[in-house]
Amino acid sequence: MTEPLLDARALSKRFGATTVVDALSFRIDGGECLGVIGPNGAGKTTSIRMCLGLTPPDAGEIRALGLAMPRDALAIKAQLGVVSQFDTLDPDFSCAENLLVYGRYFGLPEPVIRERIPRLLEFAALSHKADARPGELSGGMRRRLSLARALVNDPRLLVLDEPTTGLDPQARHLMWERLQVLLQQGKSILLTTHFMDEAERLCHRLLVLDHGRGIAEGRPRDLIAQHLEPDVVEAYGNGALDLASSPLTALAGRTEVSGETVFFYTQDARPLLDLLAREHPRLRVLHRPSNLEDLFLKLTGRQIREGA
Amino acid sequence: MTPSNPSHWRPPQLSWRWWPVFRRNLLVWRKLAIPSLIGNIAEPLIWLVAFGYGMGALVGRVRLEGTEVPYILFLASGSICMSAMNAASFEALYSAFSRMHVQKTWDGIMNAPVSLDDIVLAEMLWAAYKALFTATAILAVMLALGISYSPKLALAWGVLAAAGITFSCIALIFNALAQGYDFFTYYFTLFLTPTMFLSGVFFPREQLPELVRIASAFLPLTSVVELVRPMFMDRWPAQPLLHLAVLAAYTVAAFWVALALTRRRFAA
Repeated sequence: MTEPLLDARALSKRFGATTVVDALSFRIDGGECLGVIGPNGAGKTTSIRMCLGLTPPDAGEIRALGLAMPRDALAIKAQLGVVSQFDTLDPDFSCAENLLVYGRYFGLPEPVIRERIPRLLEFAALSHKADARPGELSGGMRRRLSLARALVNDPRLLVLDEPTTGLDPQARHLMWERLQVLLQQGKSILLTTHFMDEAERLCHRLLVLDHGRGIAEGRPRDLIAQHLEPDVVEAYGNGALDLASSPLTALAGRTEVSGETVFFYTQDARPLLDLLAREHPRLRVLHRPSNLEDLFLKLTGRQIREGA
Repeated sequence: MTPSNPSHWRPPQLSWRWWPVFRRNLLVWRKLAIPSLIGNIAEPLIWLVAFGYGMGALVGRVRLEGTEVPYILFLASGSICMSAMNAASFEALYSAFSRMHVQKTWDGIMNAPVSLDDIVLAEMLWAAYKALFTATAILAVMLALGISYSPKLALAWGVLAAAGITFSCIALIFNALAQGYDFFTYYFTLFLTPTMFLSGVFFPREQLPELVRIASAFLPLTSVVELVRPMFMDRWPAQPLLHLAVLAAYTVAAFWVALALTRRRFAA
């Protein structure tokens, strides 16, 4: 059996009396994209920081690329590409200079970096912005420059902490497209995200985190099938909330209320939809397949988290 | 398995990887070098002109170890030390803090195979380089003005480089503790300004009250001035090894503390 690219075992991290990460284990195999999802404060960023050797775990073990973190941190990072949650681009440098200077941190020979720069800019759809500074770029361009910068050492594993947060749909789709290209090239990705469509589109496997613990793990479709009924019927409008305590709930496997909306999770939506159309024609009804967002909310609850 | 978290106070682990970080700062600065050069040498020259020629006319000559020297020479040899101190401090506080905290440049670098220890070393050497650059420019102006032609100035130049290193290390301690730029005002008003007046830059330390004079002997800038000033007069310092040892002790201790506090800051 081949050793996984990244293997984290029983990681724990405490800050004072708060346990931020609690006995968390996960692994990433070659060519795989693992998505880590969880509410704010679930421990996603701390887990990533431990994997990057930026903060030592209080307990547990991390192996990456056949080496031990944090002992071999520098040797591991020589083969990693990292896009952190907030841009750390150099505002005083042009896009091309950002790539050049970053390549030097890896000890790459100057000609190698200079040869890679045009290709990286092209990959990031920034060839026309080679001489522009980050301050002159849009948010999406800056994120793509960060991605290009993370690729300067031709890494085997990419670690991306919320790479598309704050981007408009066009910029987000372009980022997804680029990440899919990287996966096709055989790179592995560790990704944290708040976007369930992003997780579903890119990730082979998902790890759901809450309160520092891994509460579910698996392929996105399997997780949904395992935890949820396949259909969702949402009803909202005047009197919708009364449905939650009506005999109608017998037609659903599970009923949930959030704000002014009632969610019916069901194996078969037809009888429920017929009944709603007949007896409550004024309600607004939406019928859709259950998705990752439903799973996420079922597993981690609907209440707003600290800092959200 | 429970890994033991390494102490923030473990010895520095330094490598050649500081160089690309230093080079990064050099590349930014090259774009701004000329305006920053003017800023760096204009202020010390204003001091020199105002105090040296203005006050110098009132003071005349200063007694120094048995001989009398023109006040402008006395002041020039002290103020160049002060300029090195200020340039290193400014760079290791405001500029380093911008890179570390505001721009998150250090965070970006640490995602590459460069350790925090090497980043701190690079910033320290960078601030020292800026100090040496400033001192060199001022020295050139002093040579042009004919203040001193002592061949020993070549050695004084080396001492000023060492002074840059010492004050960079001390300033990086406060960089590691800062939550914002305002914090540095304390450092400047409570440490650097008194240092400036107590280290014999503007007047001989013999003028100070006994207790203050004894205390001022332990200030790092005092040692720098005691080393540099005689060389402006083509003499050898009285106790070179003692003063070099003082600077070395300050440097090693300050770098260690600065590194430990910076590690603590980044581990959080």
